Amino acid sequence: MKSLSYNTVDEITDFVTEKIQNLDAAQNSLIFKLDRRQFLQLTGVVGGGLMLGFALPRARANTNGSTFHPNGYIKIDETGVTLYAPNPEIGQGVKTSLPMMVAEELDVSWDDVHVVQSAIDRNAYGGQFAGGSTSTPENYMRLRQAGATARAMLVQAAAEEWNVAASTLSTKSSQVLQTGTNRKISYQEIASAAAALPVPSPENVKLKDPKQFRLLGTRVTGVDNDALVRGEPLFGIDVTLPDMKYAAYHKCPALGGSVISSNIEEIKQMPGVVDAFVLEGNGNVGELLPGIAIIANSTWEALQAKRALNVEWDESQAAKDSWTDAQKEAERLAKEPATQVADNGDFDAAMNASTAKATGFYQYHFVTHAPLEPQNCTAHYKGDSLELWAPTQTPGSAIGTAAKMTGLQTSQVTLHQMRCGGGFGRRLYNDFVSEAAAIARRSKTPIKLQWTREDDTAFDLFRAGGFHQMDGCVDDNGKVTGWRNRFITFAPGGRPASSVSGGVFPGGMVDNLRVEQVALDWTNRCAAWRAPGSNVFAFVVQCFLDELAHAGQRDPLEVLLEVLGEPRSVGGGWRGQGMHTGRAANVVKLAAEKAGWGKELPKNHGMGVAFYYSHAGHIAEVAEVSVGGKEDTVTNRSGDSVVRRKLTVHKVTVAADVGPIINLSGAENQAEGSVIDALSTMMDLSVTFENGRAQQTNFDKYRMLRASSAPAVASHFIDTGEHSPTGLGEPVFPPLAPAVGNAIFAACGHRVRTLPISEEGFYLA
Amino acid sequence: MKINVNGTSHDLGEIDPKTPLLWVLRDHLSLVGTKYGCGISQCGACTVLLGGEAMKSCLYPVSAVGDTQVTTIEGIAAKDGTLTPVQQAWIDLDVAQCGYCQAGQIVSAEALLRKNPTPSDSEIDAAMDPNLCRCGTYIRIRNGIKRVADANKNVLNGG
Repeated sequence: MKSLSYNTVDEITDFVTEKIQNLDAAQNSLIFKLDRRQFLQLTGVVGGGLMLGFALPRARANTNGSTFHPNGYIKIDETGVTLYAPNPEIGQGVKTSLPMMVAEELDVSWDDVHVVQSAIDRNAYGGQFAGGSTSTPENYMRLRQAGATARAMLVQAAAEEWNVAASTLSTKSSQVLQTGTNRKISYQEIASAAAALPVPSPENVKLKDPKQFRLLGTRVTGVDNDALVRGEPLFGIDVTLPDMKYAAYHKCPALGGSVISSNIEEIKQMPGVVDAFVLEGNGNVGELLPGIAIIANSTWEALQAKRALNVEWDESQAAKDSWTDAQKEAERLAKEPATQVADNGDFDAAMNASTAKATGFYQYHFVTHAPLEPQNCTAHYKGDSLELWAPTQTPGSAIGTAAKMTGLQTSQVTLHQMRCGGGFGRRLYNDFVSEAAAIARRSKTPIKLQWTREDDTAFDLFRAGGFHQMDGCVDDNGKVTGWRNRFITFAPGGRPASSVSGGVFPGGMVDNLRVEQVALDWTNRCAAWRAPGSNVFAFVVQCFLDELAHAGQRDPLEVLLEVLGEPRSVGGGWRGQGMHTGRAANVVKLAAEKAGWGKELPKNHGMGVAFYYSHAGHIAEVAEVSVGGKEDTVTNRSGDSVVRRKLTVHKVTVAADVGPIINLSGAENQAEGSVIDALSTMMDLSVTFENGRAQQTNFDKYRMLRASSAPAVASHFIDTGEHSPTGLGEPVFPPLAPAVGNAIFAACGHRVRTLPISEEGFYLA
Repeated sequence: MKINVNGTSHDLGEIDPKTPLLWVLRDHLSLVGTKYGCGISQCGACTVLLGGEAMKSCLYPVSAVGDTQVTTIEGIAAKDGTLTPVQQAWIDLDVAQCGYCQAGQIVSAEALLRKNPTPSDSEIDAAMDPNLCRCGTYIRIRNGIKRVADANKNVLNGG
């Protein structure tokens, strides 16, 4: 058996990482800080760079004279105004918020707009994907310009129609108006005339002053909501085609095992089973693992046949991962120096000079993405072409992998973007598309491949677990003077699943700072999971800062603000750039003020504060909790005895600076959802491994938070007008766990250092 | 075998009686609004009304349906397409994120409010805890139900 390759997984992770790095870099670049006048001048004349590196598609030849289709985002004809949403919708709201950017500059009434998910077309839309909270920043200028360009053409068409100067005309609510008269014409009426005009070059198109915005910043309900509440087909799993068959794919429960023998001939005789066959796999764990495909007349019959399979697996190259072994090894490694990745100042001297120190061994378990819609893909192979219906975050890469599986050119593959029932990073990786394409190649009819929940967990690309030995000290004034972060991660296929750098908080803010890293061998795949890296680093570093504040007998809020220091750009980003301490301090102060930091609290209550910078967002959160008394003793997943205690999270206050808000309803929803997701994850979510196999593969053992445990969430957004908007799908997640952890310490004096905190006995009221 | 879904009788012909209602709805009747999430009755994405009661359909054998009326998310609105107050609240409050669980959430909320038009907070929690939302839209789900309950209270009070 071939050894396993992780190339495809690594490529996609690198792609997303680079996008996030660009976001961080852009925070330090001119365009995010310029005043509006300079900004517009630049957008007109400068090419290259993150925000400016777009070229609107060439005007489509308007062969149909009555249709105004000046670029890929806008079509106006007798049926109305259609706006095309370019990026995958995974619950982050971009099918609504991206067209809002177009509509704002187009000056179209939102009620007149019909939004359609666009085709995949690199020439028309550039890269189309959902990941790294990049959809908003990458599209903001491009889509505004698309709207403004179309608006300019509609105005020009009206000017020519009325034989007046364009400068005497204005627009509002899908109409061109003549200033000082009652004359007006609707966009639909003037569309065919506009279609005949040349598309103006970008420097001749003016964008609005954000102060003139009518739509951006308001609350807009999602464009699919009517269809959603009626249960209309929207998702990948909803695709139904004539003559479609239903497929299941059975893989070795230990990643990478291959088929030696099976009862496949018996399976073929089962009711409803059309075909069953072995696929060898191609050795690439990001594409096609070995397994047995079943094609049946219904999902149920396919799944019944899958259950009846009896397979002898060759596990010689398969995963043998053990979480309990890894924990033991990490505890040993925590005591030894690891490879230094940053060493600023003199950490050892700072520790020697200090009388107040803190030390803590932090750890977090593996978790799964668990999008509620299990992976699925519908594929129709026709010999010289392949048509796909896929809920994917990276449609471009899905086309590439499907082409490879079928021996076709990418130009022969068509992919329809389907609404995704959750993403969280899972659907960046298209192994399920590869499988569907490989199975479809052997089928005369279209097939819908359906993973079970158990498949979805066992074959996830997990958020890696990890361990941090933290040591630090404060001086006589309680100022943080020394900080060491020794990180023990996992290395699937030899490459660390996650990495620390000198830029990880409090990089650039504490004088004597050492960062070390070492990785454990691992086989199961690990990859991007909502706010990668940050989603766990925030817990470690913000709780440890709280430990140091208490070591120095000081208020944690005061110490956090002291560490942030004077307003300046420092580390803190993906690779140590992008964070601004002034923006950070502003959100910290706002969260503390809104939460009533320092006020008298009832007995057994406590408040905790945390800050984290990720995906170009500066976010602070304050949690108010109460902790019940000690109850019975139970055994946790590691076999240790812990005392159960009830945790109640009363309120979470979020302060966020992600620049201007596009859709306020969507933004608040992302903030609330991120808080609840993060609380759910920190409380009880864990996937452990033994003999290479994930041990918790369905929701009876992987217990997510339920409605009755949802805390109150108050969200506050800062927009100083100086920054362009950045994404909100991820950055609210990281600060929640440390805010709650620090609040638990304030409430009862117990320091949580393990995620999930059920490992330390806590359960949610 | 015959079952009645959303007021229409369907002849399923010869079907494995153990087939879960979920897959009958989705694969045999093309009513794909009811969703598959876990297959073990833990997440509630597959919730339908069975004679007015919220029922998870992923483990419910089709043979057990009998003459009982099945109402799926597609049958919640009036025949003329008019949305129920719950559906309208879900739009007005922009409840959904990915939206995958929301069919189940709405059906559970309908089951609650049809039996108990003015539920208390704890009654809302008890009715909705079986329905998982991976995106964490619980706050808006609760507000949506409360909005309908408040309107019902006003009607009951003659307001």
